[in-house]
Amino acid sequence: MEELGWILLEALIKALVIFTLILLAAATLVYIERKFSAFIQNRIGPNRAGPKGLLQPFADVLKLFMKEDIVPDAANKNLHRLAPIISLGVAIAVYAVIPLGSSFELAGRTIYMGVAPNVNIGILFILAMTSVGVYGITLAGWSSNNKYSLLGGLRSSAQMISYELSMGLAIMGVIMVSGSLNLNDIVIHQSGWKWNVLLQPLGFIIFLVSAFAETNRTPFDLPEAEPELVGGYNTEYTGMKFGMFFLAEYGNMATSSALIATLYLGGWQLPFNPEWVGLQEGSVWLALAQFASIVIKILLLSCFFIWVRWTVPRFRYDQLMNLGWRVLLPLALLNVIATGAVMFLI
Amino acid sequence: MLSDFGIVLLFLITGFVFVALGLITAAIIRPHNPNPVKQSTYECGEELISGSPWIKFNIRFYVVALIFLLFDVEIVFLLPWAVVFQQLGWFAFIEMAVFVLILLAGLAYVWAKGDIEWEKPKPYIPSLKDLVVERKQHFAE
Repeated sequence: MEELGWILLEALIKALVIFTLILLAAATLVYIERKFSAFIQNRIGPNRAGPKGLLQPFADVLKLFMKEDIVPDAANKNLHRLAPIISLGVAIAVYAVIPLGSSFELAGRTIYMGVAPNVNIGILFILAMTSVGVYGITLAGWSSNNKYSLLGGLRSSAQMISYELSMGLAIMGVIMVSGSLNLNDIVIHQSGWKWNVLLQPLGFIIFLVSAFAETNRTPFDLPEAEPELVGGYNTEYTGMKFGMFFLAEYGNMATSSALIATLYLGGWQLPFNPEWVGLQEGSVWLALAQFASIVIKILLLSCFFIWVRWTVPRFRYDQLMNLGWRVLLPLALLNVIATGAVMFLI
Repeated sequence: MLSDFGIVLLFLITGFVFVALGLITAAIIRPHNPNPVKQSTYECGEELISGSPWIKFNIRFYVVALIFLLFDVEIVFLLPWAVVFQQLGWFAFIEMAVFVLILLAGLAYVWAKGDIEWEKPKPYIPSLKDLVVERKQHFAE
């Protein structure tokens, strides 16, 4: 029983650390996005709250907490309340299986970086969770009882399920190369610069495009296309519930970046041999260095997401469906067959 | 002994509780002054001009969902195969390739039928004007 207590304590501490990290990451990304877009458009961006406007996201959250919550009379109250919880909860849940470093020894116990990075079907869990994410947005659109919200929700669900297919099939290539559904094994398989992006270049591009569509970011932000749908599925949301959707968007961006980094860019692997700088296998310092490595990869990828958003215009809906069904899906299927054939022939 | 899945479940539960706590905190500190205008459905301050949101939505969303289901089941079949396909050898590979090709043929069928076409050509409905033009041509002959 004592063992169980330690495991629970460890899980709880990890969970709290990861929640804090996700919220910090979301705040940082909001700040980066506002500054980045300002520089792209030759503006200054937020500069009043704190030095260089660094406290702006915290001020925003505080304001959202203080705002009145307006629920339209026509709305389905319970689902209206449930939708933002699903959205943000799912965005957080994916981090349960993402490995954030190898293991280290502490007080005679091997501690893995990440909540449960050794779950043997980690990828399946992630695919399942991203599917549940569709519910958050669809329910928000439907329960608001507003035409704009409903159309936004419908568009969003059609878009997300269309791109989920190519995403799942792109992941298939990675699974075939590393022969495992365990995310930690996939990262270990990429040690020594055998990054999957070099083995699966086509799969990487398909996954990247699908990740943009799954997170509803420009050029795929049809669900909230402001000029036609007011705000899309979150038109009828105010205060902290709106804040939840907002946080979920940035949380999803960080999640997608973490997934891309883990599956294709070597995850927590350092880009050099750790023994060159005297980091021992299994030491705390190596684990921290690996953690820094994946955090830097996530931040760079998120900056890429932001860069694309402020550079590329929005697609039309038929273009979006064409790209998903006529380009990415056949390409992803061929990628699976080609990967298999090449692996047998080599 | 707690398995990894137990820890994942714990994480899920704490995650949702964490999110719910955020909403509860907000509910405690925010003001609450409802009035009928505020609670009305959003329409730029107008009475509802776009009508009830209980509309017949486009049937194509339904078709997309159906095709999605088919391919999603395919992914479920591919997952276990992808893990062990190298041990299974050529036979399993060709078997799976045939399976994927059959589904590709299905995609080609849907494609040819125009069901993934978002921009459908409008159906031809003969109008009075067309009939008049036809008649005129008829008499001219």
